Amino acid sequence: MRYSGFKVIKEALTGHRGWGPAWRDRDPASAYDYIIIGGGGHGLATAYYLAKVYGQSRIAVLEKGWIGGGNVGRNTTIIRSNYLLDGNEPFYEFSLQLWEGLEQELNYNAMVSQRGILNLIHTDAQRDAFIRRGNAMILNGADADLLSTAQIKARYPFLNTDNARFPIKGGLAQHRGGTVRHDAVAWGYARGADQLGVDIIQNCEVTGFLIEDGTCTGVETTRGPIKAGKVASCVAGSSSRVMEKAGMRLPIESHVLQAFVSEGLKPVLSGVITFGAGHFYCSQSDKGGLVFGGDIDGYNSYAQRGNLPVVEDVCEGGMAIFPMLGRARLLRMWGGIMDMSMDGSPIIDRTHVDGLYFNGGWCYGGFKATPASGYVYAHLLATDTPHPTATAYRFDRFSTGHMIDEKGMGNQPNLH
Amino acid sequence: MIIDHPLLGPRDSAEFTYLGDASLIHRPDWEAKDAISQFAEYGYQRDNPAGTHRELWFHEQGDRSWLVVTRSTTTHEITQVELARDVARREGRST
Ligand SMILES: Cc1cc2nc3c(=O)[nH]c(=O)nc-3n(C[C@H](O)[C@H](O)[C@H](O)COP(=O)(O)OP(=O)(O)OC[C@H]3O[C@@H](n4cnc5c(N)ncnc54)[C@H](O)[C@@H]3O)c2cc1C
Repeated sequence: MRYSGFKVIKEALTGHRGWGPAWRDRDPASAYDYIIIGGGGHGLATAYYLAKVYGQSRIAVLEKGWIGGGNVGRNTTIIRSNYLLDGNEPFYEFSLQLWEGLEQELNYNAMVSQRGILNLIHTDAQRDAFIRRGNAMILNGADADLLSTAQIKARYPFLNTDNARFPIKGGLAQHRGGTVRHDAVAWGYARGADQLGVDIIQNCEVTGFLIEDGTCTGVETTRGPIKAGKVASCVAGSSSRVMEKAGMRLPIESHVLQAFVSEGLKPVLSGVITFGAGHFYCSQSDKGGLVFGGDIDGYNSYAQRGNLPVVEDVCEGGMAIFPMLGRARLLRMWGGIMDMSMDGSPIIDRTHVDGLYFNGGWCYGGFKATPASGYVYAHLLATDTPHPTATAYRFDRFSTGHMIDEKGMGNQPNLH
Repeated sequence: MIIDHPLLGPRDSAEFTYLGDASLIHRPDWEAKDAISQFAEYGYQRDNPAGTHRELWFHEQGDRSWLVVTRSTTTHEITQVELARDVARREGRST
């Protein structure tokens, strides 16, 4: 079924009896050409592009719970391509371009909203660093705009520009950045993949790998063994737990990141603001809630819930530049498990086991990467060569010294 | 989370900074033949278990001692807290 304005009107007039399910909930077959583990945004996008762009078939996505129940449904929905390093920026710009065409591509309203993102500047040194990053973005075909305090004040009059510790001295804006309805991304890719014949299998946890003579020939699951030509892990925060079953240790720690939503307010915040120095960022959802977050809690966790000191820290950061926030009540908060890598950048690569592939290490920034991650992972699976925008995301960079460390923090995952 | 410091008693975990897996106590021998691969493993690869995890916490806003905390990564429950110095000595690290 194609969605259209005409269809909406027709259904409204006929009692909404003509809407079918958007995708089918399948039972597993005994064998596939490709098995993708993890029905998050990246796994579903991988299946979609594998079928659509690379013309592959007999593809299954295995999800241990329900699709969209992981980080793709827990994040704060920001998309952007404002990176500095060569290994990253072409990839994230590719992703932003895919976002720009996504809704037409999928015939699905993912509410892609290019409302702009603004990174605040507080010192001369920070301005120099941000100008350099803006130039790197422009060199890679992205947009970047250096704003003065007056320009920021004109758009966001409520910002406290005179905070004693972090006065606002300008900002780096990417006007093409913004937000996307996160659940709709999972559902849109699921629907697109399903229409191309992909089996989406829920409540099917991968519990082990079938490995014969160094080649992966399938997976063990809670719904029995399933054979496969190629197996692709794509489980975000669960990466270490899954790959351990193939005897791998990863350059990853799992950490919890929290998100917060205030009660619904009238439109007040038109774009996304990040206050990096104060560990705070914020946007306003279309329902009116202020959606905000800050740092990860900072210790290994698989608990999908955080602790109160970080709640306090995030709210203090918000109050410092956004004093009116104090009048709004906090409505909801939750946590998700981040696959924090040793250099803050992802890994999309083959493994030491033939036929077994890995995609992970997305830290707290993998939502914006969803379309490109799926696309380049499909490229790797179909061709056994890395996509041109993802050649740096190799496992061996941690032993060869080719780290992609945007923040220059070193091998300390909780600082990225 | 409350960390029961062996010398100071129960302290809020917010007073501490977190380093990571307590296996970091055992720095490889830089003179070993395979020191490069040992250091790549030591510096970058982690078990990252779901369940019991022994980890290094630094009492930065307290007495600045290093602790080895045994904690569940699925429930956040802390079951043991030791001075890292005692652990290092017990496990045979000379310095
Ligand atoms: C609070 C929060 C805020 C964030 N904000 C942003 C943001 O503003 N912008 C941004 O770009 N990124 C953000 N992120 C990061 C982003 O959400 C993730 O990097 C990204 O969603 C990870 O990819 P995914 O969607 O495939 O993961 P997930 O949705 O987590 O998918 C992984 C799936 O694998 C499944 N799985 C795990 N183990 C198994 C198994 N053994 N067998 C079968 N299935 C399994 C899980 O159930 C899960 O559904 C945020 C994350 C959080 C938690």
